[in-house]
Amino acid sequence: MGRRLTLTVFRHNPREASSRPGTRDYVLDETPGMTLFVALGRIRDEQDPGLNFDFVCRAGVCGSCAMLINGRPGLACRTLTAALPERISLFPLPGFELIGDLSVNTGKWMRAMSERLRAWLHDAGDADPDRLEAPMEPATAEAIYELERCIECGCCVAGCGTAQMRPDFVGAVGLNKIARFHLDPRDVRSDADFYEVVGDDSGVFGCMSLLGCQDVCPKGLSLQTQIAWLRRTLARQGW
Amino acid sequence: MKIQQTDVLVIGGGLAGQRTAVATRRRGLDTVILSLVPAKRSHSVAAQGGMQASLGNCAKGAGDNEDVHFEDTVRGSDWGCDQIVARMFCHMAPKAVRELAAWGVAWNRVAKGDREVVINGQKVVISEADAAHGLITARDFGGTKKWRTCHTSDGTGHAMLYAVSDRVIGEGIPVLERQEALALIHDGERCHGAVVRDLITGELSVFLARATVVATGGYGRLWGVSTNALINEGMGAALALETGVARLANMEAVQFHPTAIVPAGILVTEGCRGDGGLLLDADGHRFMPDYEPDKKELASRDVVSRRMAEHMRKGKGVRSPYGDHLWLDITGLGAAHIDRNLREVKDICQYFLGIDPARQPIPVRPTQHYSMGGIRTDYRGQSPWLAGLFACGEAACWDLHGFNRLGGNSVAETVVAGMLIGEYVADFCASPEGDLNFSTALARECLEREQASLAAMAAGRGGEDGVAIRRRMEAILTDSVGLFRNGPALESAVAELADLYRRSQRLAMANHGLDANPQLVQAYRLPRMLKLALTVAMGALARTESRGAHFREDFPARNDRDWLNRSLACWRGGEDLPRLDHEVLDVMFMELPPGFRGYGERNIIDHPHTALRQADVDDFREGETDRHKRQTHMMAFKQYLPVQYRGRNERLDERFS
Ligand SMILES: Cc1cc2nc3c(=O)[nH]c(=O)nc-3n(C[C@H](O)[C@H](O)[C@H](O)COP(=O)(O)OP(=O)(O)OC[C@H]3O[C@@H](n4cnc5c(N)ncnc54)[C@H](O)[C@@H]3O)c2cc1C
Ligand code: SF4
Ligand code: SF4
Ligand code: FES
Repeated sequence: MGRRLTLTVFRHNPREASSRPGTRDYVLDETPGMTLFVALGRIRDEQDPGLNFDFVCRAGVCGSCAMLINGRPGLACRTLTAALPERISLFPLPGFELIGDLSVNTGKWMRAMSERLRAWLHDAGDADPDRLEAPMEPATAEAIYELERCIECGCCVAGCGTAQMRPDFVGAVGLNKIARFHLDPRDVRSDADFYEVVGDDSGVFGCMSLLGCQDVCPKGLSLQTQIAWLRRTLARQGW
Repeated sequence: MKIQQTDVLVIGGGLAGQRTAVATRRRGLDTVILSLVPAKRSHSVAAQGGMQASLGNCAKGAGDNEDVHFEDTVRGSDWGCDQIVARMFCHMAPKAVRELAAWGVAWNRVAKGDREVVINGQKVVISEADAAHGLITARDFGGTKKWRTCHTSDGTGHAMLYAVSDRVIGEGIPVLERQEALALIHDGERCHGAVVRDLITGELSVFLARATVVATGGYGRLWGVSTNALINEGMGAALALETGVARLANMEAVQFHPTAIVPAGILVTEGCRGDGGLLLDADGHRFMPDYEPDKKELASRDVVSRRMAEHMRKGKGVRSPYGDHLWLDITGLGAAHIDRNLREVKDICQYFLGIDPARQPIPVRPTQHYSMGGIRTDYRGQSPWLAGLFACGEAACWDLHGFNRLGGNSVAETVVAGMLIGEYVADFCASPEGDLNFSTALARECLEREQASLAAMAAGRGGEDGVAIRRRMEAILTDSVGLFRNGPALESAVAELADLYRRSQRLAMANHGLDANPQLVQAYRLPRMLKLALTVAMGALARTESRGAHFREDFPARNDRDWLNRSLACWRGGEDLPRLDHEVLDVMFMELPPGFRGYGERNIIDHPHTALRQADVDDFREGETDRHKRQTHMMAFKQYLPVQYRGRNERLDERFS
């Protein structure tokens, strides 16, 4: 016999004057291989058609479905219910604007962060697409891709004490982006340029190295190493 | 009424939409992008294996060029594609890869010297040239003569989408997230923008634009199990269909990918087989060489998927509670290779199957994957029936892929189409035709119509169960409009879908809210999905031949004599069903006249002109040694490209002086 699960889910519509934040319990029979994506889908189809949540890829690659699963930030789509106890609590990711129930506006946060950090590759602008591309060391390309694997899910922000206290903190996600562009030989910016965007308490010096971020990053990024290294490199700029 | 004006309205924030927006923005046009989700969460992010472009840098790509890529693409399409578009595309793909390299994509690079690879189940050592060191490398993919698929590990779509999205942010182009286009505003001749719904507040507004570009991706989610993201419900194509004038093309051309995991339907990339992975049956036997002695696991997707299904029908599938499947075995590639080049595959196996693919085989079976059909456009990306309406990417039928797309040609199409169609859109806006010349009354009428229809739906006075209708639609498409099709099953599919469509207009609602209300979203999308489903099933029923991914058990031959054409679907206002007609593909203009693909069954009814055209082409080939001149004689295409993109592509064996 399969287990009978109880999901305690946060419910609130912040645009409705009469709505009060609260939770609702849903009881559901577990099926083999069930993920939280499957479970929430069934709840919406069978019990509560008004329940809001965000799944897009349902494969752990798009970063849409981060939420607090039994108190811990994670991607719901790739969490198997078998890995959880019979009582499961689901809350929206803290630190982001609530859209409704389990849906939060991570996209808006990420775009604002990217704009502030100027988180795009600043190339020299002289590449001719008809001609052979500029060579790059194979190991360099792999190292850049390693940092590029962030999916902007927001788990690191939810798991970070600093980010929860300081709304302007760019989070491990932001610092990792700066480390990524800093590493890239195609980016023409200097250390001083990077210092200008993250060299203060809302950036690399606000981080208290508590490492909540790395523990919860679903892509297993080496956030600790990146932040420490960035801090060392940029500290030199401050003097 | 909230009205916003812009020069270019791009509906869709995937690779195609965003690359188009960069082009129009750079031409000085005000450009706004709409997306259901944050742009970086668009389905493009999920592309794994890579992007085809004939750079020819790596040893196994040596000798590659546009000509080889073109022939692979046309054969892959089973001669269903537009050969001019295929030529434009193959010429542009190297430029697109190089542009993305400059924008930050960390393409994997060639490392000089010897390296061990797995080919046809054997370990082989290949040696990379010193001169190629550090240039962009490529992997093998199905249906290609050369190793041509450029990649960043197996997260290529992610790397590309992030580079293009970051560029959009850098150029200051607004992306309005969680905004859904609900209807196109048009007067029967000219498209003027769209009515848009805010998915958070439910508010409707009007966007008026000189040019409207639909880049909304595919319609894979009409099938119950699909590798596609959940938002790939074909809404852009449905909006075009609902204009009553714009047409959709080849909607029956639907690709099933050989290797999605069972039961979740999540894709594991063709790169698994490209890098040396094998398909095994219940007995552990490698069966593909029995069917396809030449290309084996690396025939085109339509062929491999059908062979797999055929083999399972013979009782050779592995039984499971979720139905039969086969095995994809990549254990021979070694843990080190998987850790570096197939990391997403490893993650997917770990999280969704609880297995380590370096040690255990992966349960797979063919699953809906790609929509070759879509909004019919000319080579400029514009609808021939509705001026000012453009489409590109998976939402469009530009017609690069015909009846089967090659792996790696889709993400390549999105960026190439974005580069080109962005320019044509800008040209259109610069022409007198492109002036914004609308009536506020028309916009108001359109908005009020949508408003009234939403209010009626939210009230939910009908008694029909939307979830049940949707599940039934999915099942019909999977069972009757899947890998194998036949007349009687398609006839009953059309009849039942038409009935579901009628019922879907009278849904019961438990939730009456007009703002973030998932049931309301389902209610307005479902009838549109059913309209698309009808164009798919009717297209499949009408096409009494087998071509590429469209396989009719009752008409197994590819019939060039009667069916060398493109299906068109139009849905006139007030009618119960779409109307179909067919647009001829003229053999006498083809650079590569129809022939045997080199894989799959050889079962062809020739077109009467094929031999004639073949003789012409053979003459051209013999008479000219320079490949560029020869190509121009056979089928000139450069005049269709924007001037700045007409230059040749440099390669190691074709250096510029
Ligand atoms: C799992 C998987 C792996 C793949 N791997 C490869 C590969 O390795 N190589 C390859 O070449 N191809 C691959 N493909 C195919 C390829 O990824 C897609 O065809 C391509 O990315 C489509 O891009 P697009 O820009 O056309 O659409 P999408 O990326 O799907 O973007 C569509 C956009 O439209 C928006 N939208 C939709 N409807 C509306 C609306 N009504 N209003 C407003 N916005 C709307 C969405 O929010 C989204 O931003 C893969 C596909 C899948 C499913
Ligand atoms: S190390 Fe701690 S303070 Fe710094 S970003 Fe990570 S969680 Fe936040
Ligand atoms: S760094 Fe990790 S946790 Fe943070 S947004 Fe990126 S993927 Fe998510
Ligand atoms: S839905 Fe995409 S990561 Fe979970």
